[in-house]
Amino acid sequence: MDLTIDDVITTDLIILDLDATERDAAIAEMADRLVAQGRVSDRDTYVNDVLEREREGGGTGMEMGVAIPHAKSEAVTNASVAFARTNPGIDFGGDSEQPSTLVFLIAAPVGGDDLHIRLLSRLSRRLIHESFRQKLYDASSPDEVMETLREEVTL
Amino acid sequence: MKFVAVTACPTGIAHTYMAAEALEEEARKRGHEIAVETQGSAGSEKVDDAAISGAVGVIYAVDTNVDGRDRFSHLPSVEVTPGEAINHAARVFDRAEQAVEEGVSEAPAETAASGAGGGGAAAAATGGGGDGPGRSSRGGAVRQWLMTGVSYMLPFVTAGGILIALAFLVGDTVTVVEENVYEEFSFGALFFKIGGTAFSMIGPILAGFIAYAMADRPGIAPGIVSGLLANEIGAGFLGAIIGGLLAGAIVIGLKRVPFPRSLRSLLPVLFYPLIATFIVGTLMILVIGEPIAAATEALTAWLEGLGTANAIVLGTILGLMMAFDMGGPVNKVAYFFGVGLIAENVLAPMAAVMAAGMTPPLGLALATAVRKRLFNVQEQEAGKAAWVMGASFITEGAIPFAAADPIRVIPALMLGSAVAGGLSMAFDATLRAPHGGIFVFGLVGNWPLYILAIAIGAVVTAAGVIALKQFHRTPDDAVDPSATTTEAARA
Repeated sequence: MDLTIDDVITTDLIILDLDATERDAAIAEMADRLVAQGRVSDRDTYVNDVLEREREGGGTGMEMGVAIPHAKSEAVTNASVAFARTNPGIDFGGDSEQPSTLVFLIAAPVGGDDLHIRLLSRLSRRLIHESFRQKLYDASSPDEVMETLREEVTL
Repeated sequence: MKFVAVTACPTGIAHTYMAAEALEEEARKRGHEIAVETQGSAGSEKVDDAAISGAVGVIYAVDTNVDGRDRFSHLPSVEVTPGEAINHAARVFDRAEQAVEEGVSEAPAETAASGAGGGGAAAAATGGGGDGPGRSSRGGAVRQWLMTGVSYMLPFVTAGGILIALAFLVGDTVTVVEENVYEEFSFGALFFKIGGTAFSMIGPILAGFIAYAMADRPGIAPGIVSGLLANEIGAGFLGAIIGGLLAGAIVIGLKRVPFPRSLRSLLPVLFYPLIATFIVGTLMILVIGEPIAAATEALTAWLEGLGTANAIVLGTILGLMMAFDMGGPVNKVAYFFGVGLIAENVLAPMAAVMAAGMTPPLGLALATAVRKRLFNVQEQEAGKAAWVMGASFITEGAIPFAAADPIRVIPALMLGSAVAGGLSMAFDATLRAPHGGIFVFGLVGNWPLYILAIAIGAVVTAAGVIALKQFHRTPDDAVDPSATTTEAARA
């Protein structure tokens, strides 16, 4: 009954070697996964909403090499998050000069319930911690990423 | 230092929470405390009044509107974006610490008047005149410390007071206080034991958290120990307040001592609590305890010498004493004077003592009911419990009000109790039980007029409290944050 990280992300939403090398393509590639899993109903609407948030806020890249593009969108059916790792990293703007090598694409439904949002907020909080990020860098498979998430991200 | 912070971003999913975590992490590294209000999509958990009243500054990490900014407007502040908090939390705290030191609000969006660069301008604006937000003046700071202590102590008063009232209700009112629940079980004895235990923490918690408000975590141990010693030397809650202030001041002093770098990590866990606890304990026992014992003895002798010749004068004096320190040495002298005379079958002073002990909580309950806006939310709630405690002759129900604002509350309580005590004697009321409030009204001689005496005393108390609070009004007394005059003071 308790909500867990498995409710918002699965191994199918984890990409350890992203093909894309720039921001828009990266968001599109990750959004495709969300659509394929039936978590986002309309790819273009969702991607537009995410890009709008990126423009408004001046980008979501951060000093620690993490980017968290995200949107609350009508096109989202289930609160979800997709994760991608890229090397050497992609510029997501924001306050950071540094390219982002860990990307979390967050999809929240409009009027989403508190618990799902709260779980996503826990994930955001963990990203501040170096040890958590290091485990994500070091993971050798999507299953290992899931392992880490299960350990560290709980309600 | 203790901070509050608000984090908020337009979407409220990610940055709001990352910024909160980043600030909490940095606060932990620096040994600060911080209560963060995340105004995001997962519902916003408000930081509570206790956190706000204990805080020395506020950090806004926001790029959208802040809800309820006026709750914090009396605090020195810095305002940054969530991104700055996430990426450069250290820098944000450097600025926050500086703002606290200078007492400056760093250009919050809505009040351009504070000016960005100036160190002194805003401090002068908030400090001058004495009716600006409390933090900046010395008196305001003391008041904040007391309020923090009271906010942690209050639950002990309400829980303990209501349990003791229940003990009087279900047990034999006269004997329940002497029953030993471990030897012979009864529900009355059980309630009384638990309630009494909660009451024994009033002083320690009050002192502990006054010191905490002043000196952070290292203040707690010396503060609590000073409160325990205040219990032991019979110094009451006023003794606990003194103990807490001393403990806090000692720790603040110790923090200024330039200890060698190699010892720094040991300071907060070993040296501060050890040295401060020792010093404050010594002061409590030798400097405060001895004179209190001597004064108690002298006061008792004086009261006994007074005799019962002039009944109304005696009742008035007993009333003044009962309300002066509510459970402290002066109160105890008056109380035991009344109890002692029961054995000699002189029953009027005990009635006066009980009347004067019932009016402080009753009068405060009445005052919170008729003039809500003079009291903060916590006090309004405490006011409801004070009805029960007043009716049960549990004078401690008035302590939270008296401890938060002694200079204005205690005189009003003394006035009302003097009236109640004097009238009780004038009406020839008698009582042969040492406690119990309305539960022993059956034992009161001349009870209809006795009730009148208590009612008049309570009304006088309430009127006095309201008059004194209104007379000397400061913005942080107001309940409703929107009613504060902070914006006006800034402009």
